[in-house]
Amino acid sequence: MSRLKILFTGVGGQGTLLASRILGEAAIEAGIEAISSEVHGMAQRGGVVETSLLLGGQKSPLISDGESDIMVSFEPLETIRSLNKCSKKSIIITNTTPIMPFTVTLGMSQYPDIQNWIKFMQDNFKKVYAVDADSMAKECGSPKSVNILLLGILSGVGLLPLSMDVIKNAIKNRIKPNLYEANIKAFEKGIEVSKC
Amino acid sequence: MHELLQDEKGKKLFLLGNEAIVRGALEAGLKVAAAYPGTPSSEIGNNLYQIAKDKNSGIYFEFSVNEKIAMEVAASASAAGLRSLTCLKHVGLNVASDVLMTLSYLGTKGGMVIINADDPSMHSSQNEQDNRMFAKFAGIPLLEPTNPQEAKEMIIKAFALSEQLELPVMLRTTTRISHARGVVELGALPEDRSFKKGKFIKDPKRWVPVPAVARERHKVLLTRMDEAEKLADTSNLNIISGNGKKAIIASGVAACYVEDAIFDLKLSDAVSFLRLGFSFPFPKNLIADFLKDKDDVLVVEELEPFIEDALKNVLFDNNLNIMVYGKATSHLPRTFEFNPLQVKTAIIKFTGVSSDANPDELPDLSSIPVLPMRPPTLCKGCPHTETYMRFKEALKELGLEDSAIYPTDIGCYTLGLLPPIQMADYLLCMGSSVGSSAGFSVSTEQKIVAFIGDSTFFHSGVPSLVNAVFNNHNFCLVVLDNSTTAMTGHQPNPGMSIVPDDYDKTQVPIENVIQGIGIKNLFKINPYKKEESVEIIKEALQKPGVTVVISESPCILYYKKVGGKK
Repeated sequence: MSRLKILFTGVGGQGTLLASRILGEAAIEAGIEAISSEVHGMAQRGGVVETSLLLGGQKSPLISDGESDIMVSFEPLETIRSLNKCSKKSIIITNTTPIMPFTVTLGMSQYPDIQNWIKFMQDNFKKVYAVDADSMAKECGSPKSVNILLLGILSGVGLLPLSMDVIKNAIKNRIKPNLYEANIKAFEKGIEVSKC
Repeated sequence: MHELLQDEKGKKLFLLGNEAIVRGALEAGLKVAAAYPGTPSSEIGNNLYQIAKDKNSGIYFEFSVNEKIAMEVAASASAAGLRSLTCLKHVGLNVASDVLMTLSYLGTKGGMVIINADDPSMHSSQNEQDNRMFAKFAGIPLLEPTNPQEAKEMIIKAFALSEQLELPVMLRTTTRISHARGVVELGALPEDRSFKKGKFIKDPKRWVPVPAVARERHKVLLTRMDEAEKLADTSNLNIISGNGKKAIIASGVAACYVEDAIFDLKLSDAVSFLRLGFSFPFPKNLIADFLKDKDDVLVVEELEPFIEDALKNVLFDNNLNIMVYGKATSHLPRTFEFNPLQVKTAIIKFTGVSSDANPDELPDLSSIPVLPMRPPTLCKGCPHTETYMRFKEALKELGLEDSAIYPTDIGCYTLGLLPPIQMADYLLCMGSSVGSSAGFSVSTEQKIVAFIGDSTFFHSGVPSLVNAVFNNHNFCLVVLDNSTTAMTGHQPNPGMSIVPDDYDKTQVPIENVIQGIGIKNLFKINPYKKEESVEIIKEALQKPGVTVVISESPCILYYKKVGGKK
């Protein structure tokens, strides 16, 4: 397979690490080489959490500027912050629900106008999926399943060398049984969104 | 059963580097391990702690009170013939360095591995010291893995190497090895996993380094390191690929960036690449042999020019006159971790090949304004915030808020640096809040209010507090007792009053320690009781001498995790 570089970004506590881990485990199941880098420790306390997942035999666990094939962002400000990791060929999947950093709530800086920036992305990148993943996840029965919903969009885009069954199985292995149903619903919802 | 205890040889798991290291240690027959947590090493201890609870794991693990103690525990277990390890973050080795510098003289019996996790770019650290220097300083062999699978294989070899040389071996990772997740193929676990105790055989001429013994042991160490160098020269951890005239040498995760760059730039025929996994003692013969027919060489390593400088000695000794590119030539920096593009750019400059990048593909991002920062913060509802706010109010009422000095310490509460709290003025290392308060108290007229967490208090605050009483210092120490070591993932510490059901350690109440030191002015607050706390704090702040306020309230995340059992 060709090499694929996926960047996940979001805020500590949103489940970015779980999303990349599930996909990596699905890759093992499919016999595809995978390497990823995670953020642990102090940065996780409400800070930016950026994870990479590289499929298809790359050795480096990091993605450099301009080199992401796909960016999956859990928070719109973080989407803008990581645009430098993308090229015009990149696909961007972004949640539109903001999480205000304290620098904004304390009045030290201003949160950008997200709609303007989504327009900017649509004008400058290959394809943009901008969705209110928080509301959709809630509708699916688990507000915490934002990560799985975004994973659904990513899977639906069709670039992953992984079958839906393999990904669903990987989700099953990492999600508590009582939350599985809501999460699969979120995953299916994500796939549906990707077709719009 | 713990995921890392499954006995399915050949099975592939998607493991963190730190998890792979634990698995490797189990496959190698680890018996005793001890650690103090510290990012990016923490998951090694966390996993060993969980695994050791399984009676069939055959291992003993403890979270020791600090890194020095942990290394002593591992060292004496090794002296008793058992395979042992300690794991720590780079600055943790500073604490344990007093042990290490003489442990290399004494040597080991059972294989002993020191897993040292460096943090280039300081993702979670106060400096980015390169601890390969410590391997050289103490005189112990050094292995540098490039990914989780290799980390697992290397620790197995490290145990064997340690037993062969009777020296502790350092396995050095960085954040991008410890916190990389990769495909790891499991090997077999030992068939007999029962914990059999070892036996310490007395030999004062070996184990008690009074000067006469130490003089002999230093000579032994140097002989052993000569042997180690021969092993490094022929080690299959040092891997050469390609046979071009331009040479590249790399170690650690930087070697991954080199491999990808060689692939992307189609350089596999143009360069010769040496990946150094066994990097100290420096394999001088291997290097001389590798470079004798090369035109020039680029060294790709993060942080200090450890390989680069050693390599120049080899060239000099062998009358090889080729140019060395790397940090000295500004091809690569001494600061921060590398990224793939940075290494690729250095290789393009070194080889003269044209770049594979297409600048037209990069969109113009110049219209992006300065974005709001999102630094890490104390969690919503964190008791530390409450404590800080109570102190702020009390100090304000006393007119001391702005003039007071706030020495701080290492833990979540260091984030008290940020607005709106801004009560962190001076910090060096674990436990430094207490010692630096002593210095400020003799050098200034300012009020001193220092903050330290419960785990850090035990780690290295206690001796400094004894010193403060002994030398009649004058400051207020606030012990932020949240009943856990929160920052690194809720490891236990001696002061914990809220514990999980299966907890079997003995509690050492902070209060008892402070009273035992002889501190009369000891106060306790629950920071959520606002008015009461402010009154108590005001009283404490007006007492002369060493005053301690224990602010007791559990970490909310930890409290949720243990189900609120007391």
